[in-house]
Amino acid sequence: MTLRDSVWQALGTVLDPELDEPITDLDFVASCTVSGDGHGGSVADVRLRLPTFFCAPNFSFLMVADAYDAVAAVPGVTRAEITLTDHHASDEINRGIAAHAGFVEVFEGEAETDLAGLRRYFLEKSVIAGQDRVARPLVDAGVGPEELAELTLGSAPASPALDRLRQRRAALGLPDDDDAPLLIHADGSRVSSAQVPLHLRRARLTRLGIETNGEFCKSFLASRYAGAAGTGW
Amino acid sequence: MYEKDGEKYFIVDSHMHFWDASRDNWVEGREQYAKGWIDCFYGYHQLAPPTTHWEWDKYLKVSADDLMRDVFEEGHVDKAIFQSTYLKYWYKNGFNTTEQNAAMLDKHPDKFIVNGRWDPRDGDAGLKQLEEDAARWNLKGVKLYTAEWHENGSRGWKLTDKDSYRFLEKCRELGIKNIHAHKGPTIWPLNKDGFAVEDVDQAATDFPDLNFIVEHAGIPRIDDFAYIAVQEPNVYAGCSVVVGALMHARPKFFARIMGELLFWVGEDRMTFGSDYNIWTPRWQVEGLVDWQMPDDEAFSDYPKLTTATKKKILGLNAARLYDIEVPAECQLPAAGEIPAQREPEQPGEQLVTGAAGAGTTA
Repeated sequence: MTLRDSVWQALGTVLDPELDEPITDLDFVASCTVSGDGHGGSVADVRLRLPTFFCAPNFSFLMVADAYDAVAAVPGVTRAEITLTDHHASDEINRGIAAHAGFVEVFEGEAETDLAGLRRYFLEKSVIAGQDRVARPLVDAGVGPEELAELTLGSAPASPALDRLRQRRAALGLPDDDDAPLLIHADGSRVSSAQVPLHLRRARLTRLGIETNGEFCKSFLASRYAGAAGTGW
Repeated sequence: MYEKDGEKYFIVDSHMHFWDASRDNWVEGREQYAKGWIDCFYGYHQLAPPTTHWEWDKYLKVSADDLMRDVFEEGHVDKAIFQSTYLKYWYKNGFNTTEQNAAMLDKHPDKFIVNGRWDPRDGDAGLKQLEEDAARWNLKGVKLYTAEWHENGSRGWKLTDKDSYRFLEKCRELGIKNIHAHKGPTIWPLNKDGFAVEDVDQAATDFPDLNFIVEHAGIPRIDDFAYIAVQEPNVYAGCSVVVGALMHARPKFFARIMGELLFWVGEDRMTFGSDYNIWTPRWQVEGLVDWQMPDDEAFSDYPKLTTATKKKILGLNAARLYDIEVPAECQLPAAGEIPAQREPEQPGEQLVTGAAGAGTTA
């Protein structure tokens, strides 16, 4: 694997917090290059772009900061330069990331709370939506509420959706081991078989909200950057 | 009025605009915001059928004649409700002010209803302005923009803010009973979460005699919104953007969103809005009348729409909110004249009763 491959892979761990998808899949990476720093090390230069000029700066900040952390941690990268382009808060965010400042410092006098709570809010959404992603094919195949309530992460069919669900649950400190129930409430407690139908009905709605928003973002990005392909491969 | 297959639909466009994003109106030094804003809207415009697309320059500002043709002559709309959006931070005379809308009302008093606005951060001066506006235009509704920036440096507010309650009380006193809150896709809020919907919950509980129409159905927080709507009988789903952005461009998502809104909110509390000038109403009205929940297995637990459902969403619900007289030929048959077409259970009732054990709220 080349160093650029490694950088790309690192970027693939960075999520749009609201859409719960990697920025690489969303085509938010406008360019990604690696070059020598003249002292035997390597500079990774990454430019990010978003669907609209007014995409919420809090989410934008999180993505740029996460991209910086992910890329800077790649072995062999001695300097990470992450730049957000074409955004109403590009200047503030880019300056802040370069200075390793937090969100509240960057938007001094404007933002009052830091972003951990916001990130958690969306992770919780992801854990609810993820249960629908994993369970829906089983429901469609005729698996009933009692079986679903008994199903564990270890016994659910392997899928990318299951992997993603486990990662998000781990990030929140919710049970993610093989014996943990697939269907859980927000506090991690087991969903009873009687609760399964409405639980899944709610999970489906949460997923729909996230995915509908994702559709908007993808279409806006496509029309904004029509003819200017990103760097996806 | 729109007539199809012998059925007559009274159309209330309950959420539309008449904006001025022309270059002359851009605030010097803030041009990038003014352009960025209309560019965002132009992105939404692309989600309509291509035959209805406008050039970007036309999109900046349409003429009064364009509006009358698009909305009433071609768009089938009987009554249109103007919602204002000020954005004076980067549009000199405002993007779409009550005054701009009222100029149209003066010329066509039978066609329009003009809604006002307020911002709790304007304090006593704002209250006084609201009183004047209410007297001048006989306001029955307001449009609120909780994520709007303010010259005082604030980047948003909540319906539950103390000052906001002073304005809601003033609305009550002035007979302004329809509170349209913009809770839509997250463009632009700087602070934590300008379009979070939780504040609607508390405000709707504390002001049960006011109606809260959540424009754009809270997407992407549609789940949070739906659970609030189940519990608060005075909360409505404003379907602007839902129809315009999804019906043509993302039909399966549209079907799901409609199915969920019908389940959680119900057909009596959904209102149509074209969101003109983002989109024109004609294709939306005609499309919705022709539309039906797909037959695929994936949509099997969503309700089918009846003609009555469509009549309610397209006009009768909003006519009720705004006391708009509906011609007899467009009204629904009185109860008892049509057989019941749906289970009597209220939408999402199990959630309220806990019968199905909904667990904790997300």
